[in-house]
Amino acid sequence: MNESYTIPIGPLHPAIHEPITLKLEVSGERIVGVDVFCSQVHRGIEWIGMNRNNAIQSIYLAERVCGICNICHPLCMVQAIEKAAEIEVPERAEYIRTIMAELERIHSHLLWAGVAAHEIGFDTVFHYTWALRENVMDLIEYLTGNRVTKAIMMIGGVRRDIKEEGAKKIKEGMKFYLENFKKIEEIYLHDPTIKMRTRDVGILTKEDALKLCAVGPTARASGVPKDVRQDFPYAAYGDYGVKAITPDVYNGEVHGDVFDRIIVRLLEVKQSVDIINWVLDNMPSGPLLAEKNLVKLKIRLKKAEGEGIGRVEAPRGEDIHYVRLKAGEEPFLSWKIRAPTYNNVLPWIPMLLGGQIADVPIVAASTDPCMSCLNRVTVVDTDKKKEFEITKEYMHELSVRKTRRLMRNGR
Amino acid sequence: MSDKKARPNRSFDKSLWVFHVNTGSCNGCDIEILAALTPRYDVERFGIKLVGSPRHADALLVTGPVSREMVDKLKRFYEQVPDPKVVIVVGSCGISGGVFHESYDLVGPVDRIIPVDVYVPGCPPRPEAIIDGVVKAWMKLERLRGENK
Repeated sequence: MNESYTIPIGPLHPAIHEPITLKLEVSGERIVGVDVFCSQVHRGIEWIGMNRNNAIQSIYLAERVCGICNICHPLCMVQAIEKAAEIEVPERAEYIRTIMAELERIHSHLLWAGVAAHEIGFDTVFHYTWALRENVMDLIEYLTGNRVTKAIMMIGGVRRDIKEEGAKKIKEGMKFYLENFKKIEEIYLHDPTIKMRTRDVGILTKEDALKLCAVGPTARASGVPKDVRQDFPYAAYGDYGVKAITPDVYNGEVHGDVFDRIIVRLLEVKQSVDIINWVLDNMPSGPLLAEKNLVKLKIRLKKAEGEGIGRVEAPRGEDIHYVRLKAGEEPFLSWKIRAPTYNNVLPWIPMLLGGQIADVPIVAASTDPCMSCLNRVTVVDTDKKKEFEITKEYMHELSVRKTRRLMRNGR
Repeated sequence: MSDKKARPNRSFDKSLWVFHVNTGSCNGCDIEILAALTPRYDVERFGIKLVGSPRHADALLVTGPVSREMVDKLKRFYEQVPDPKVVIVVGSCGISGGVFHESYDLVGPVDRIIPVDVYVPGCPPRPEAIIDGVVKAWMKLERLRGENK
C-alpha cells in the first residue's frame, strides 16, 4: 500500500525554536512533499519604521529586526540612508563597523554550531561551543556596553570608539579563538558522530542553490562563491580583500550537504578572526561621525531626497535594505528589508525531499534560519496618502462579504 | 513578590521545567535564555531546563510582543501547562509592546492574553535578570503548591 501522511511541524516545535510551520508529506520514513508556512511572528517593522519620527529613531528599531544579526540590519539600513542622503562616512568609523560586524559573525556562527550540535542530540558539544561563545559576548559587552543589542551604528558613522585598551582586549580575544579553533575543528570536522549525521544529508546542488537564490553560507556550501564582502565590498572589506569560502578550500570537494555548511561556517570564524586582526593593525585615525551634531544631521536628512540600497553580508547571507527619503519629510517614505532567511527558506524543499523525518531539525537548522528576520510587512499604499495593512481578519471579512455578495447576486 | 521572607527553601525537592514560547520576539531574549542554560550561567545545575512540550512544564516562559498569528497558540499553550503554573514574561516587548508598541499586528502585550506572574524587563534582559525572574517564579510556584496541599 502506498499511502502518504502529512505531518505538521510547528508553529512551535522544540527543534526549530522559532515559530514556523512545516507541512511534510511522508510515505513511511521518506519525505515526499514539503510546504513551508511563514509569517507567524510578523510584527510590521517596516511600517513602524515608516511611522517613526525620523530615520535616527529607526536605527533602534532596525536592531530589533533580529536579536542575533543586530549589527548587520542597522549597518545595512544606515548604509542605505547614507547613500540616499549622500553622507560620507569617516574611514575610522568604517573600520570599527567592520570589527563589530565580524565579532557578530563569530558569535553567530558559534551560536549556530552549538544549535546544530544540539539538533543531532550532541548536547555536550552544544554546551562546549556556547561556553566558548561567552568570550566574544564579553568582548562585545566591553566594546559596546551591551551583550546582545549593540547600539553602535549611527547615520554617518559609529557611536563609540575603540580605544587602545579595547584594541588590546580584542587582540587577546582573537588569540583565544585561534588557540581554540583547533579544538572546535577537531570536534566538528573529525568527530565520527557529527560526520555520520551530516554527511550527504540535506543536499542542495549548485544548480538549485543558484535557481532558488540561496545566499550566505548555504550558497557557499553548495559551491557558489558568493559573498557580498567579496563581490560588493563595503566598510573596510575592500581594503582587506575577502575571499568567499567554499568547502573545497578545506578538502577539495563540494557535496552541498549539511557537513559542508559546517565546514564553511567554521572556516568563516577563522576568517573573521583574521579580518579583525588585520583591521586592528591597519586602523586609521580620525573622526567617528560625519556629522556630530544630531540636530544638523536631522536637518540634513530632512532635506535629502532620493533612494539608497544597503547590502551587507550578514552571518546568514546577504541582507538588503532599501530606503527612500523625501525632501521635507523626516520619516522614511519607504523602507524595505530583505533578510537572508527569506532566500534560504525555499532551499529547504530540495534539501528535505527524499530525506528522513529525523533529519528535518538538522537540515532546517543548517541554513541557520532566523524567523524574526523573515517575517515582516505588507503595506498597501493608496494614492489617498493613506496606508492600509491587510490583516487576516480584514481578509476574512472581505471574503465573507464576497460570499454574501455572490449569494445575493446568484439568486 | 512582596513577601520578603519568601525563599526557595523547599524548591530543591522538585526541579523546575520550563516551556519557552516565542510569540514574535527578535531572538535577542531567546538567545539570552539559552545563554542562561549554558555553562557560564548554568541554571541546569538547579534542575531548571527547557522542555519540548507544555504538558511537561511547570512554568511558561514567554518572549515577544504576541503577533496576531500567535494569540490562540499562546492561549492553547497556557491551557496545556498543568496547574499550578507560573508565567514569566522576558523582555520589554512582551511587557508593554516595547519597540513594536505601535504595530498593527500586535495583540499583546502578553498580559492581555494570559495571566502573568513575573515580568523581566530589558531589551534584552541579561541572563542574570532572567535567572532572577525564574527564581521569583519558583517561589510563587512553591506558595501555590503549598496552598493546594
